[in-house]
Amino acid sequence: MTKLTELTLCEARDGLVNKQFSAQELTQAHIEKIEETRALNAYITETPDIALKMAQASDEKLAKKEELRPLEGLPIGIKDLFCTKDIRTTAASKILDDYKPQYESTVTQNLWDAGAVLLGKLNLDEFAMGSSNLTSAYGPVISPWKIEGNDRQFVPGGSSGGSVAAVAAGSALATTGTDTGGSIRQPAAFAGIVGLKPTYGRCSRYGIVAFASSLDQAGPLTKDVRDAALMLKIMASHDPKDATSATIPVPDFEKLLSGNISKLKIGIPKEYRVEGLNPEIDALWAQGIEWLKSAGAEIQEISLPHTKYALPTYYILAPAEASSNLARYDGVRFGLRVPGQTLDELYELTRAEGFGKEVKRRIMIGTYVLSAGYYDAYYLKAQKIRRLIQQDFEEAFKKVDVILTPTTPTAAFAIGEEPKDPVTMYMNDVLTVPANLAGIPGLSVPASFTKEGLPLGLQILGPAFEEGRILNVGYVLEQAAQFKEKALKLRTST
Amino acid sequence: MSEKNNYIQGKTGPWEVVIGLEVHAQITSKAKLFSGASTVFGGDPNTQVSFIDAGFPGMLPLINNFCVEQAIKTGFGLNAQINKISIFDRKNYFYADLPQGYQISQHLYPIVGKGYLEIELEDGTVKRINITRLHLEQDAGKSIHDQHPNKSYIDLNRSGIALMEIVSEPDIRSVEEAQAYIKKLRGLLRYLGTCDGNMEQGSLRADVNVSLRRPGEDYGTRAEIKNVNSVRFMGQAITYEIQRQMEILENGGQIDQETRLFDASKGITRSMRNKENAHDYRYFPDPDLPPLVLSDEEIERIRALLPELPDAKKARFIRDYQLSAYDAGVLSSELETVSYFETALKHLKEANEKSIKQLANWIIGELFAALNRDSLLIEASKVSPQSLAELINFIYEGTISGRLAKDIFTEMWETGEHPDKIINAKGLVQVSDEGEIATVIEKILNENQDKVMEYQSGKDKLFGFFVGQVMKVMQGKGNPTIINKVLLEKLKS
Amino acid sequence: MTIDINTVHKISRLARIKIPETEVESLKGDLNRILGWIEQLSEVNTDNVQPLYNISLENMPRREDQINDGNYSNAILANAPEAEFGMFVVPKVVE
Repeated sequence: MTKLTELTLCEARDGLVNKQFSAQELTQAHIEKIEETRALNAYITETPDIALKMAQASDEKLAKKEELRPLEGLPIGIKDLFCTKDIRTTAASKILDDYKPQYESTVTQNLWDAGAVLLGKLNLDEFAMGSSNLTSAYGPVISPWKIEGNDRQFVPGGSSGGSVAAVAAGSALATTGTDTGGSIRQPAAFAGIVGLKPTYGRCSRYGIVAFASSLDQAGPLTKDVRDAALMLKIMASHDPKDATSATIPVPDFEKLLSGNISKLKIGIPKEYRVEGLNPEIDALWAQGIEWLKSAGAEIQEISLPHTKYALPTYYILAPAEASSNLARYDGVRFGLRVPGQTLDELYELTRAEGFGKEVKRRIMIGTYVLSAGYYDAYYLKAQKIRRLIQQDFEEAFKKVDVILTPTTPTAAFAIGEEPKDPVTMYMNDVLTVPANLAGIPGLSVPASFTKEGLPLGLQILGPAFEEGRILNVGYVLEQAAQFKEKALKLRTST
Repeated sequence: MSEKNNYIQGKTGPWEVVIGLEVHAQITSKAKLFSGASTVFGGDPNTQVSFIDAGFPGMLPLINNFCVEQAIKTGFGLNAQINKISIFDRKNYFYADLPQGYQISQHLYPIVGKGYLEIELEDGTVKRINITRLHLEQDAGKSIHDQHPNKSYIDLNRSGIALMEIVSEPDIRSVEEAQAYIKKLRGLLRYLGTCDGNMEQGSLRADVNVSLRRPGEDYGTRAEIKNVNSVRFMGQAITYEIQRQMEILENGGQIDQETRLFDASKGITRSMRNKENAHDYRYFPDPDLPPLVLSDEEIERIRALLPELPDAKKARFIRDYQLSAYDAGVLSSELETVSYFETALKHLKEANEKSIKQLANWIIGELFAALNRDSLLIEASKVSPQSLAELINFIYEGTISGRLAKDIFTEMWETGEHPDKIINAKGLVQVSDEGEIATVIEKILNENQDKVMEYQSGKDKLFGFFVGQVMKVMQGKGNPTIINKVLLEKLKS
Repeated sequence: MTIDINTVHKISRLARIKIPETEVESLKGDLNRILGWIEQLSEVNTDNVQPLYNISLENMPRREDQINDGNYSNAILANAPEAEFGMFVVPKVVE
């Protein structure tokens, strides 16, 4: 029998229903895996006692054959950006200190209502700002991936580094992440798992520590596409407490995985062939095109003319919103307080000590671009270019049904070998950021490996609210790529 | 509309004061602008605070429909343009009573645009004060600074309460105009029910912008006096500020563009210390809130439900009841006064120009005097509108004399009794019987023969003496008209 | 647009973050690097383009005027670094 921690979410669901094992056994296996893989530093807070209690309640339901909830007894991890009631929530920052929210986020409430079991809160880049999980105040996350014969440690990507590491290492059946500029898709690609960023508004933002409100979106990190479809169905909902929450109904995404993409039009955007695109990734892209052609899809070159302006646009809008969203971390009502003689001193010292370097940098940029005299030149300009980028996609989707691109320009880099220049680091998101600006959904599917054996992912983008369509294309790619089977031969864990 | 000259004579020549008011009016909603916490005044600290109001991580705003409607209603009352699309912006600054580190307000696209308010001045002129805009915004919490030598305490009950900010053009040119404006605005808001106008409790506060200039020249630098919370203080603050600025300018100095506070105990304004006078609020549209789009249907529905507004009511009182502009203005200024007047009107036996004029005089005269004396609002009047109408009926019919009516009113006020009870109990019915009066007159004339002869030889003034004597005997109940008539007849003969 | 040390100080003041003197230079460098890179946006002609204020397709949803929240001061103060008499405590502010 497959080890319990190597099952997919759907396999585990079936296993429980068929009484092959109990929920408590399943959870216990994962608790042990967490201990085994602790050196990866994927978890900031582990909640084994709570997990076992929840699993026990699920076992009782399973025994009574009561109407089973969709995620009954399935152990998952939650990115430490989602507020969980009475459970420490840090956003990987010192400034939240030992903060225990007195309320639950809507997305996590949806998961508990569906019967899921909480294993713990997962590590991330501080306040979700980063592409490497190196900026966490709780130490970096180490990718479970290694190169054979080499003990360099690699980054899992970010900001949802802990979320992907846990899934890849088997210390959670699935996890939640958030994606503001690529923070689900990029680390999913680095860690060889599936990551889905839904359409903006598909999942509620209520109770998620806000980074950039017009870009943030919660989504699942999973071992395969079917799992992602199942997780999204539960995570997504219309939330009256979130004024930006979509009212459009949530379909059963699993049912939309037909595997049939005959005559589907796949767009290949020429502008995504960025300068310095790794030849292995270029080859993967070509391979992806072939796989989809073989499945009956039609390939078409398209143009998204404003692509190169997406990253700089993002680096005006996201820091601007963040500078305002993070003003509430001031040492007055919760979190860290560094005492001061005056109120202003209290603010300045608390925030200086509580925020890490990257967060401070982004707050400063954001404050600057909004400040008097610069609003028009920067913020307003960026909002206009954002509209142009959105229009690029709208035009493209009149001609094609989905868009295929690589997820990242490179594979994961080693810890210690990360780019020191902030702009070069930002380049990690060049292929993922446009989707956030346009608000459209994006899926990353692990597709291949570098020569050295590190994962590479392909990205599928679709029109707003067409997660079902991109999941289906991802499903086809997944079958063709056979990544998991190949990975079994390659992967090592610590 | 005449342009009155309000120039202030300084040592070096005339100055004109230019005043603009920014009024913050708390909306009468039960819950806050973006959260479901209560807005009741005076609750225990931090009990009327939701996680949203306290700015906790992950919290999101959701707008209160009632507040939107009150802003639209007020816009109509100000004869203003209702903007179908408006946007909420974040106004970013740090202060302990601002938990989110920003206030949700409206910057470039407010819900209500240009309008006006007409004010009546004492000399009878009407002046139009233009309104620039009205927008919705959150109130901040409360900081208590005077309970401890080195600590301040923060209560967030007020944080997030809905405010309408109403901005006037700098059209105001005197203390009288400023006070007339704030009183008219307060009356309008109370009329519409969108704000209770209670300045002591802080549900209506004004920021007063004051500057001086030489007549005909460009506007001078202005100082802003924040949070003035009474009409009287407004007058004092402006008066002081005019003097302060005039002194500086006449000595060749410059006015600092700054924020000042009015110190009621000393009657002065002083500069706010340690406040960055030029705030950089870094306004940007709040990404948590889509644009507010008003439908035509919604706007029309609210327009249809508007009560008759004060100016229209005043015009109708003049037209239908032939009241003077002044009387009509006073009677229509507050809803509660209108209610009293209209109820009393219904109980007049005969409602014509004369009796209505009498009613108006009694309300504006005796009733208001009694209310002021006892510090009562008209809703708590000790004489009900029905009772007052009954009294007027008696006067109008001639049952009692106008002089006695005042005493009867006082008795009504003190005892709460109906006028007819008092009149009968005290036997105060006016005597109009000619015969009875003639008898009394004859008696008086007989007892004062010498005076009669003096009168007949030309001392006309003695007529009043006779009238007084007759009234004394008749205990004030004599009908003056009849007394005069009969007395004149008797004295001639 | 390059920023100088004074601007760095001004921004850190606006953002209420104390930057130690030793870090100001390097922060200035980072900020200028990022701002220099952002400059390329001025290449784009946006003359007739409306800004995208809101990515959400929704009209502003509204809540009813009902009191259905608050009244849990314990929860509000539960994480307070310093509280007294049911209120948050901060160093005294002089106005």
